[in-house]
Amino acid sequence: MKFAIQVNEGPYQHQAADSAYFFAKAALEKGHEIFRIFFYHDGVNNATRLTTPPQDDRNVVERWAELGGHYDLDMVVCVAAAQRRGVVDEGEAQRNGKDATNIHPRFRISGLGQLVEAAIQSDRLVVFGD
Amino acid sequence: MSTLHTVNKSPFEKTSLAACLEHVSAGAAVLLLEDGVYAALTRTSVEGQVKSALDNVKVYALGPDLQARGLLEERVIPGISVVDYAGFVDLAAEHDKVQAWL
Amino acid sequence: MSETIKNFLYLNRKAPYGTIYAWESLEVVLIGAAFDQDVSLAFVDDGVFQLTKNQHTSAVGMKNFSPTYAALGDYEVKKVFVEKESLEERGLSLDDLQHLTWEDEDEDWAEKDSIHLVTRAEMAAIMDGADVVFSF
Repeated sequence: MKFAIQVNEGPYQHQAADSAYFFAKAALEKGHEIFRIFFYHDGVNNATRLTTPPQDDRNVVERWAELGGHYDLDMVVCVAAAQRRGVVDEGEAQRNGKDATNIHPRFRISGLGQLVEAAIQSDRLVVFGD
Repeated sequence: MSTLHTVNKSPFEKTSLAACLEHVSAGAAVLLLEDGVYAALTRTSVEGQVKSALDNVKVYALGPDLQARGLLEERVIPGISVVDYAGFVDLAAEHDKVQAWL
Repeated sequence: MSETIKNFLYLNRKAPYGTIYAWESLEVVLIGAAFDQDVSLAFVDDGVFQLTKNQHTSAVGMKNFSPTYAALGDYEVKKVFVEKESLEERGLSLDDLQHLTWEDEDEDWAEKDSIHLVTRAEMAAIMDGADVVFSF
């Protein structure tokens, strides 16, 4: 079965990002396909590679990146939500005259249409949020 | 169409569970996760509400969230099934859609 | 844009301004309109506060996005379901809400109401009929 997953909250502040991760991992281990994971609202903060949690805490960003790398997942960060919250890739930095980027290379920034398309193309949309 | 409803709020802080239960149809399932698992316990003020819901719908609680919060399965209302993340995936696949009561 | 037509339900249960969910979910509705799906909006619980008239946000320094709801008809979003019980619980009636309309091309662009007041039981049936529920 093909799943689409929407993550509405940032890491650490809310458990939604953790729940979404464990759901995604369990689905993949069962042989399901994940069409796309879409990060929206504060969920875009799941994609910042500058995250540095204490040693005894989980690294939510790296955990996504490892899962994404292992299963070649399409992990998309909403551009409008990312711009508001300062999650930036090379292209966005150039377009908006910013002097740095912070997106983890396993994620990509794209439009809200990617969420709508994921909902159309997948068998199930599962939303995690507050 | 049968729906898997998810509730992730404590029923003592937010009205999500009550709102969900007022909109579920017979044959649906409700999964309590994150702070939603507090609704799965016996001897609470919402126990009656959850028990009457069990007449119409199946209710599940996410085990890892119970454990994280120090909630023992023996405190879970009889009739509520405890599932892990793999069980959550199965429920999502078995129902026609998943509706989150955020 | 796609061969599949699904019944999309956007579930709005949160009030505006206190959090960004209402505004950013409306952005999804606007973008989603280009995908030619069968779209319905549900306003339940505090979500009904999104549609009230007379929103003025200058003193809180935020963008007033309430006029955008009136533009939904231009995006072919014609089915806006508001739950009667949720309104009443909050001391509101339809008169407190914006008047949302769409123009029916098949009837010489006659203006029609977008908002449908439904009971909780009817709202439950609308939810049941959806293929996909977007929650924010």
